[in-house]
Amino acid sequence: MVDRGSDEQMQLPPREVADVMPPHAHSWIGKYVFSQDAKYIAIQYSGTAIVIGLVALVMSWLMRLQLGFPGTFDFITPEAYYQFVTMHGMIMVIYLLTAIFLGGFGNYLIPLMVGARDMVFPFVNMLSYWIYLLAVLVLVASFFVPGGPTGAGWTLYPPQAILSGTPGGAQSGIILMLLSLILFIIGFTMGGLNYAVTVLQARTRGMTMMRLPLTVWGIFTATVMALLAFPALFVACVMMLFDRLLGTSFFMPSLVELGEKLSYGGGSPIAFQHLFWFFGHPEVYIVALPAFGIVSDLIAVHARKNVFGYRMMVWAIVIIGALSFIVWAHHMYVSGMHPWFGFFFATTTLIIAIPTAIKVYNWVLTLWKGDIHLTIPMLFALGFIVTFVNGGLTGLFLGNVVVDVPLSDTMFVVAHFHMVMGVAPIMVIFGAIYHWYPKMTGRMLNEAMGHIHFWVTFIGAYAVFFPMHYVGLVGVPRRYFEIGEPDFLTAPVDGLNAFISSAALIVGAVQVLFLFNIFWSLRHGRASGGNPWRATSLEWQTPETPPRHGNWDELPNVYRWAYDYSVPGAPEDYIAQNDAWVSNGEDRRL
Amino acid sequence: MLIAIVLVLIVAGSVAFHLLSPWWWTPIASNWDYIDDTLVITFWITGAVFAAVILFMAYCVVKYRHRPGHRAEFDPENKKLEWWLTGVTAVGVAAMLVPGLFVWHQFVTVPEEATELEVFGQQWSWAYRLPGEDGVLGTADAEWVGGENPLGINPHDRFGKDDIIVEGGEVYLPVDQPVKLLLRSIDVLHNFYVPEFRAKMDMVPGMVTYIWFTPTRTGAFEVLCAEYCGTAHPFMRGYVTVVEQEEYQEWLQEQLTFEEYAGNARGSAPVQLAEK
Repeated sequence: MVDRGSDEQMQLPPREVADVMPPHAHSWIGKYVFSQDAKYIAIQYSGTAIVIGLVALVMSWLMRLQLGFPGTFDFITPEAYYQFVTMHGMIMVIYLLTAIFLGGFGNYLIPLMVGARDMVFPFVNMLSYWIYLLAVLVLVASFFVPGGPTGAGWTLYPPQAILSGTPGGAQSGIILMLLSLILFIIGFTMGGLNYAVTVLQARTRGMTMMRLPLTVWGIFTATVMALLAFPALFVACVMMLFDRLLGTSFFMPSLVELGEKLSYGGGSPIAFQHLFWFFGHPEVYIVALPAFGIVSDLIAVHARKNVFGYRMMVWAIVIIGALSFIVWAHHMYVSGMHPWFGFFFATTTLIIAIPTAIKVYNWVLTLWKGDIHLTIPMLFALGFIVTFVNGGLTGLFLGNVVVDVPLSDTMFVVAHFHMVMGVAPIMVIFGAIYHWYPKMTGRMLNEAMGHIHFWVTFIGAYAVFFPMHYVGLVGVPRRYFEIGEPDFLTAPVDGLNAFISSAALIVGAVQVLFLFNIFWSLRHGRASGGNPWRATSLEWQTPETPPRHGNWDELPNVYRWAYDYSVPGAPEDYIAQNDAWVSNGEDRRL
Repeated sequence: MLIAIVLVLIVAGSVAFHLLSPWWWTPIASNWDYIDDTLVITFWITGAVFAAVILFMAYCVVKYRHRPGHRAEFDPENKKLEWWLTGVTAVGVAAMLVPGLFVWHQFVTVPEEATELEVFGQQWSWAYRLPGEDGVLGTADAEWVGGENPLGINPHDRFGKDDIIVEGGEVYLPVDQPVKLLLRSIDVLHNFYVPEFRAKMDMVPGMVTYIWFTPTRTGAFEVLCAEYCGTAHPFMRGYVTVVEQEEYQEWLQEQLTFEEYAGNARGSAPVQLAEK
């Protein structure tokens, strides 16, 4: 039975740690610049991530202009095209998605949801943001150095990443990229230790692990994974930096570049790929698990129903997190690694589909027999399920080693990963912003603008990425500046590409409306009150909205899980986690 | 309600696009029909799951949408249903994985009778090498690359002297003869990709990778590079021309051995193969 909280358990465990109010900042700079308040750091993280994300959005526009209308735009040279591709991918995966889920939502929600006053190490938490900002600035600087940013593809595969045939390879583009990643990882580690330790050590009385909202479970598991996975990327970056600057040969065999023999020798390009994907695959779930957790809560709140199979959902998150460390080489089926690895990695990869499928079933079964309010967060949650199921299923093509062979390195892969780790998590980010904006500001986001934003984004993104699978199925490789009209095309892809590009431009443009809504509603949004969605979890029970520094007057006591919606006999269709109501008629609310 | 209609339309539209659109894979020209078959099985299984999940969701949105006085059912756990769903999913996954692994076993097991052809990649062109009369490819390494020796064949290796060098990006293959491609690069990663053959594999500097297949129909098939290799990546093209055995032999006679090639490069009189 799930730990909903029974009559016997209404006895609270004793307080283990003294309740200490973190010291309040007195200066303006301490409050608003070098803030140590996790909620403020969350907003700094999210704001920075969204700004740099807009750069990535523009990159994607430029890329799609080239693919949709080749030859029309003279300034899009092959060099520039590959720089757009690389910067778009890198920014979206690392500097936007990872940063906003963990640094943004993690910082805002973890202390509030577990009933803590702040993160356990507020000063380190502040440093985490500033180092992240520095990493972003170094990345931005690479746009302005001679040769421009690296055009090595976001996977940065050596040897090409540090050779002159790739934009920024022989200049400083790649050096700044690697430095920026190293900084990002240092900054993340500071934040990540905070998120994990806060969940483990700073939960309020009565908040057992099995009473945590799934949002916290998702972010917590993703953080632990990131702490284990990022070091692999860190060493890969350092080693490649040495190869590039000091002439070591970690990843560089003896090779001849454009007729000239280079002094490298004995290194292994595939070693880099193993390190990269040992990070890179868990990275997919580092983005996906917070999205899984958040969307579970959005669905439960807006369908007024407990999450279906809470315990199964928790274990699925944990199992996915663990399995994701032994599937990495499914990115390398055609890399030239020993072909027998294919058997192992195809098997582990398809096994991970099972807990993932359970999560999908449980989301849909949460809707089943629910009381579904089609609010904007709920619409985005439904949009997430569609795109995630679509992208997850095409993962079964690419994970099944022999089916991957014809599809690998084609646009099918691009369509797959955009659907599953681009569009789907971004749907959740939007849903989450509409959901928690009232807590952060005390005002609701404008609904009319929200509807336009949802419909254009959802239908538009599907129109971009669904047909793209077929561009790959026809045989068009990814990372092609132009395909031309080779004989193998069963039908020309020009028209389809122009359609995809047009849809992408529209989807991108409507995000401006979303940003406008965020600023407009700050002033003109409807006042929300403290708990506009009538939700159970602790962040909605704060004495003030937005919550002040320290979050609570007195730390809340938790009597039940986060999913007591529509409980028979209860006076309302939700019972807050810190509400001591019991069903035997005796109202023991404190 | 609108969302329910859109969900149904997405399923219907996706299925219609899949069945009716002209964008489908190019007709196969190798023995790897099994790969196509596995792909089609996967399309059916995943398509059915997609339709089922999304349509069920649309049904829930209509049936359980919020109405005044309506209340959700309180149902924290249903173990039986969860185990059923887990079991059915496991069976579906196995139905895709097991045939996939069988075909992969064939894919990595090169038949005895396969002949060898070395594919040589560099930024941004293709070349090829065939074993000469001794039937053995000489050793090679980026170390040896030079003006007279573009493929870096070891000049001290006697097996290399009669190796046949094919420059210019186009190579011939005899139809119905299994061939093992030995893939070699001297600068960055490349990937030998002919859509009609279905097989593809990265070429990694410092090591030799392989794939095998049997060309099953004649014709000229375009070679693309499928692993990003720098600015001119999309322009790294070549051709594999599959012909009947006799035509293949005629073509082979016209090619130069390494010894002849090196002699040519030095300016001495080329030795005609026919005179040997």
